[in-house]
Amino acid sequence: MRIDKAFVVIATLTLAAAVSGCSNVEPWVKPYERDNLADPIMALDGDPVSSSFMQHVYEAREGAKGGEGAAGGGCGCN
Amino acid sequence: MAFKRTILLLLLIGNLLALDAVASVLPDDRSDILYHRYEGGGVVIDGPSVLVRKKATKNVSVVGNYYVDYVSSASIDVVTTASPYDEERKQWSLGVDYLRGNTTLRANYVSSKESDYDASTASFSVSQDMLGQLTTLTLSYAYGDDVVGRSDDDTFQRSLKRQQYGVGLTQIFTKNLITALNVQTTTEEGYLNNPYRSVRFIDPTVDRGFSFEGELYPNTRTSNAVGIRARYFLPYRAAIEAEYRYFIDTWDIESDTISLTYVQPWRDFTFKIKARYHDQVGASFYRDLFPRSEATNFRARDKELGPLQSYALTLKGSYEFIDQNKGWGLFKKATVTASVDMMRFEYEDFRDLRVAAPVGEEPLYTMDANVIQVFVSFWY
Repeated sequence: MRIDKAFVVIATLTLAAAVSGCSNVEPWVKPYERDNLADPIMALDGDPVSSSFMQHVYEAREGAKGGEGAAGGGCGCN
Repeated sequence: MAFKRTILLLLLIGNLLALDAVASVLPDDRSDILYHRYEGGGVVIDGPSVLVRKKATKNVSVVGNYYVDYVSSASIDVVTTASPYDEERKQWSLGVDYLRGNTTLRANYVSSKESDYDASTASFSVSQDMLGQLTTLTLSYAYGDDVVGRSDDDTFQRSLKRQQYGVGLTQIFTKNLITALNVQTTTEEGYLNNPYRSVRFIDPTVDRGFSFEGELYPNTRTSNAVGIRARYFLPYRAAIEAEYRYFIDTWDIESDTISLTYVQPWRDFTFKIKARYHDQVGASFYRDLFPRSEATNFRARDKELGPLQSYALTLKGSYEFIDQNKGWGLFKKATVTASVDMMRFEYEDFRDLRVAAPVGEEPLYTMDANVIQVFVSFWY
């Protein structure tokens, strides 16, 4: 139930941001300021084949799963 | 609730597709060849995993993965209630990413087969980069269809369906800080038991004082997980990451998982150290020892569902043998990586029946395990 509420809050906030014209918001970290973020050491999932294997190792040995990983491949670094 | 969720998803997708920002990019073309070996608690699992990702056109990227587990098991469950066995699991997956403007559509199919378990999962997701690529929102859905069998009974066949809804948000806050939030809900319906596992109960009619009977799980399970992570670039070119996950389900399992990671590059090497801690409350129908046969409607002694803590330390080192500034032939960059994960699982309500002791007073079981991975990665 708590998660359902969280889902609604996130969806509503994103929707509000979208309809209020957030496409005009100036990005506060400029493209030329993203050197550090583009460094491979900052990749949230730098080794996908290894991280999916380790997720599987833990899921098979613990009662919990999900909620890990990054949202898609984008970090705005490229 | 499901209807509300669908409406919200559609509204979000509609609005996000209308946004305008800087063009996004597809994931890098790369291949990984990995060998993995897990050893712990009388179980050895090893095998290869190969991943290949390549752009088919400037808007389409295709990814495939082939993975094998060779299992040799004489785990505590096996030696106390069954016979040691060897098993093989093969898994393959195929996925496609389609990029249009700042929107990436992903479809993926995974098939896993072993002698007594077939699993198929189809998933679909939409990612939208927004705010000058400072924000990435992903909505995902997956449908899984499993067939559970028994190696000693060809006629035994049960079905398990799984649906997973996810929302992910990756956010750049500063030029040194990136964060990710993931919310995931999973519903499962069907045969959730492990067909080989047993529960034990007090039985005064036998010499050792206890007997075993089959587990019995509910036919449905809904679980929710929220994960948050933040990675920060340190002033002297190193990175630190903190991650937390909260999990809760309708079987009353509740857990907290935290980890801390430090990454340090040095010349052509990159070193990583990670510490992870997991603490969980067990399922309401889990017991190490039931007071009598069929004592409760549902019953489990699968130690993964019981209360436990696990600790892990990861050491990882990578060497870049094709420099990304020079390249070599077709390859832009290549690395070789080795890692070891040292894990300890401490069970609060699972006793070691290999030790002779009065019923219910056997020592609590703990398990140490190591995972070794060696892999090479090529970017092209």
